[in-house]
Amino acid sequence: MPRFLLTRVTSGVGVLLLVCLFTFLVFFALSPDPAVQICGKNCTPEVIDQIRGNLGLDQPFWAQFFHFAVGIFAGRTYGAGAGAIECAAPCLGYSFQSSQAVWDMIVQRLPVSATIAVGAAVLWLLAGLAGGLLSAVKEGTFLDRFTTGLTLTSMSIPNYVLALVLQYVLVVKLQWLPFPQAVAFADDPGRWFANFVMPWIVLAVGYAAAYTRLTRANVLDVLHENYVRTAYAKGLPQALVWRRHALRPALTPVVTIFGMDFAGLLGGALITETVFGINGVGKMAADSIARNDQPVIMGVTLLAGFLVVVGNIVVDVVYTAIDPRVRVNA
Amino acid sequence: MSLLTVRDLTVTFPTPRGPLDAVRSLDLDLEAGGALGIVGESGSGKSMTSLAIMGLQPRAARRTGSVRLQDQELVGMSEAELRRVRGDRVAMVFQDPLSSLNPYYTVGLQIEEAYRAHRPGTTRRVARRVAIEALERVHIRDADRRVDHYPHQFSGGMRQRVIIAMALSTEPELLIADEPTTALDVTVQAQILDLLQEIRRETGTGLVLITHDLAVVSEVTDHIVVMKDGVCVERGPVEQIFTDPRHAYTRALLDAVPRIDDEIGELRAVTADGADAASSRTVPETNGGPA
Repeated sequence: MPRFLLTRVTSGVGVLLLVCLFTFLVFFALSPDPAVQICGKNCTPEVIDQIRGNLGLDQPFWAQFFHFAVGIFAGRTYGAGAGAIECAAPCLGYSFQSSQAVWDMIVQRLPVSATIAVGAAVLWLLAGLAGGLLSAVKEGTFLDRFTTGLTLTSMSIPNYVLALVLQYVLVVKLQWLPFPQAVAFADDPGRWFANFVMPWIVLAVGYAAAYTRLTRANVLDVLHENYVRTAYAKGLPQALVWRRHALRPALTPVVTIFGMDFAGLLGGALITETVFGINGVGKMAADSIARNDQPVIMGVTLLAGFLVVVGNIVVDVVYTAIDPRVRVNA
Repeated sequence: MSLLTVRDLTVTFPTPRGPLDAVRSLDLDLEAGGALGIVGESGSGKSMTSLAIMGLQPRAARRTGSVRLQDQELVGMSEAELRRVRGDRVAMVFQDPLSSLNPYYTVGLQIEEAYRAHRPGTTRRVARRVAIEALERVHIRDADRRVDHYPHQFSGGMRQRVIIAMALSTEPELLIADEPTTALDVTVQAQILDLLQEIRRETGTGLVLITHDLAVVSEVTDHIVVMKDGVCVERGPVEQIFTDPRHAYTRALLDAVPRIDDEIGELRAVTADGADAASSRTVPETNGGPA
């Protein structure tokens, strides 16, 4: 493994540890006593104390954090004796409200969130790159100004408004799309696709607008570079100048942004999933916040942090492949 | 026979206050194998002239007049025809070697594509051979290894050599060098000028050298055109311009060259009308300065 990758991974682990510590600190300080929530109806102070002891909540902050951190790698057991609860590695905590390990809850919902993220990403990349390139080629024309206006409008519409309007128009009024219903891809691909179309569009619109503007600006910048003039002076055909000398430098920054955006989205689209009632990681986070199910919120926070760190490392690696100036000799 | 004949070349930009001529009614003549210097301060239209010869003026600009290469008229040519002239018959070397090469590709690829653009059907192997030979011709050592390096792995002077190699790979009849030494430090400047001289001697390529530096033109070219505000104010053989400048602006330019054997004085400003504003305020060498 190249040395630079090793340092990136090491620093990534460091960042995650800090995210872990900070998240833990926030919930340690802010959240209500989980023991009370577990205790249930017939509760006495003695029972609460007993639960606290079982869960290790009577221990100091550092001890609790240590158990939590170790649990991620080695798993842990809550309580003792007959009522003990096993939480296998990677243990991100245990939701006593749902009687489920947080990791299992995330793993169940991650495919749904990933489906939304991938579909939206394909849409916004296609639309953003095409729109940006078209706008740059036709700089200053009506088409360019129209695209710019459209991107501004798209960026200023909040997700949930667009989601509700789309739902009303496409499902209720025009009835072009069926009412969303959980369907496995294997059972009914058409229905499955129809379910995801709206979330994909809603998520993609904002990103597509941002990517259009980014692409347009980058391409126009690069077209004014001296090396593009050199390419023309060499007598290269316009198509080759664009394809080889303008696009690659112009699209490199897009790769960076895309890596981050996509990684962030993999961890769940909170608003979109909630509005469309899609049972992904985002909706789970929203529900957990409403129920004050703190282990779940913490788990989702850590997952998001993990995805962003991994996304960054992937972007770094991809960068070494596309930009020779950052190629590291190791 | 004349290699380059420019007549009444005018480059006009539309501005909110009406059309503006960046270059106006310019005539240039260059014999085959000759070297012509175009001199002037920033904004005098000399770079626009070089771009306009190749039809590379900005899209907003309009180019009129006549640019003849041998017996071929370049003004009014279609873009496709111009493309066949660019890089093949007329090649260009630009001012800033740092930004004139694409950082994303090896220098080899950038030389190869210049060659292959005008020799359709050339295999990559042949083009690579050409690239290595081109690098050797500009005295880059280990050319067969360096050909696979990226621009950032070369120093400024070496990059300018790469660009010259790229320009020469197609054996052009005319080389236009726009301030080729301005971005380089003095010792490297001398090396690049020597290289240009050597190439002229060996290949017989005609050279148009554009610069603000009179020392550079005097070394390399035999004829000079002095430009100011887009028009030619004086032209002639190098010796004549240096010994007997007719136009006040040319004299002011010559006076602005710092000389090592001159008395210490204020640097003279080249004023708009060409008069030498600072000449009357020269501080004598013996003056101890303000006390």
